[in-house]
Amino acid sequence: MTTTSIAVRETPLVLFLLGRADDALVLGHRLSEWTGHAPMLEEELALANLGLDLIGQARGLYALAAEAEGAGHSEDDFAYFRDERAFRNVLLVELPRGDFALTMARQFLYAAAIDPWWRACMAGPHAGLAEIAAKAEKETAYHVRHSAEWLIRLGDGTAESHARAQAAIDLLWPYTGELFDPVDPALAPTPDRAAWLSAVDAVLARATLTRPADGWMQRGGRGGRHTEHLGHLLAEMQSVARAHPGAVW
Amino acid sequence: MSTPEIPLWEVFIRSRSGLSHRHVGSVHAADATMALGAARDVYTRRGEGLSIWVVPSNAIVASDPADKAMMFEPTASKIYRHPTFYEVPDDVGHM
Repeated sequence: MTTTSIAVRETPLVLFLLGRADDALVLGHRLSEWTGHAPMLEEELALANLGLDLIGQARGLYALAAEAEGAGHSEDDFAYFRDERAFRNVLLVELPRGDFALTMARQFLYAAAIDPWWRACMAGPHAGLAEIAAKAEKETAYHVRHSAEWLIRLGDGTAESHARAQAAIDLLWPYTGELFDPVDPALAPTPDRAAWLSAVDAVLARATLTRPADGWMQRGGRGGRHTEHLGHLLAEMQSVARAHPGAVW
Repeated sequence: MSTPEIPLWEVFIRSRSGLSHRHVGSVHAADATMALGAARDVYTRRGEGLSIWVVPSNAIVASDPADKAMMFEPTASKIYRHPTFYEVPDDVGHM
């Protein structure tokens, strides 16, 4: 890396906004990795559409964070010029994309948590966030539908697709706890785990998949302690911006 | 990419209220629900549509190109079927 990273003035509001923005950016990047590798053309476009929705949400949230921080940083500064430890996304979104079942299972587990949360944010205390939420909840509502329909067909499909879908849910489950870490009510609502569980249970039942027992939940992303996978993702995502700082299209 | 086991669906999109659905292309999808989603993802990315129909491609019955002469050529000489053949009285105004 040829350029230095920015130092963020980390107030609770800035950290909260960066965490949500980083969730969307990192998951959007993971989806973009399917471009050129998706199982069929239709799904390639669908995955890219989901990824672009998320990156758009990240941009709005980074802009809010920049405003709250007041240090003159841009969306690009936050995305491309922070190191791994400054990223505040949940660990769930940075895990490698895996096979198609894992990608769809993660998308569903994330979207089913975030979609009702966006709707709650529309009536939340932060006006800027409410504005982003009004647009984002329509996007994530489709993400829930798309990923749930796939999960149902993979789970209730062939023996192979069922095994892969169940393995994906089992692998991801310990990473879902972090989605529901309490949020300061002065900033935004906390995602509702009970509502999420009933939505997840309904889809898993149709998919003939088994919900894993709640055990140890992996945590650390909100505090900047990540899996070994995020560093590799950032190295790829940030390399061009860092090699050519200030470059424009 | 070849997807031999996945059926083909024809996609029709209505661009705005008052216009009829128009054929825009086709998608591969395992069933009707997934076909609607695929049609949305492939054909409405730039705000093209307000309504989507998907129809199994094999449900469409098409005329045989070999029958073209019998089917379509006899109309060519019947110009009186075109409304332009008649004079519109001035009192009628615009039609």
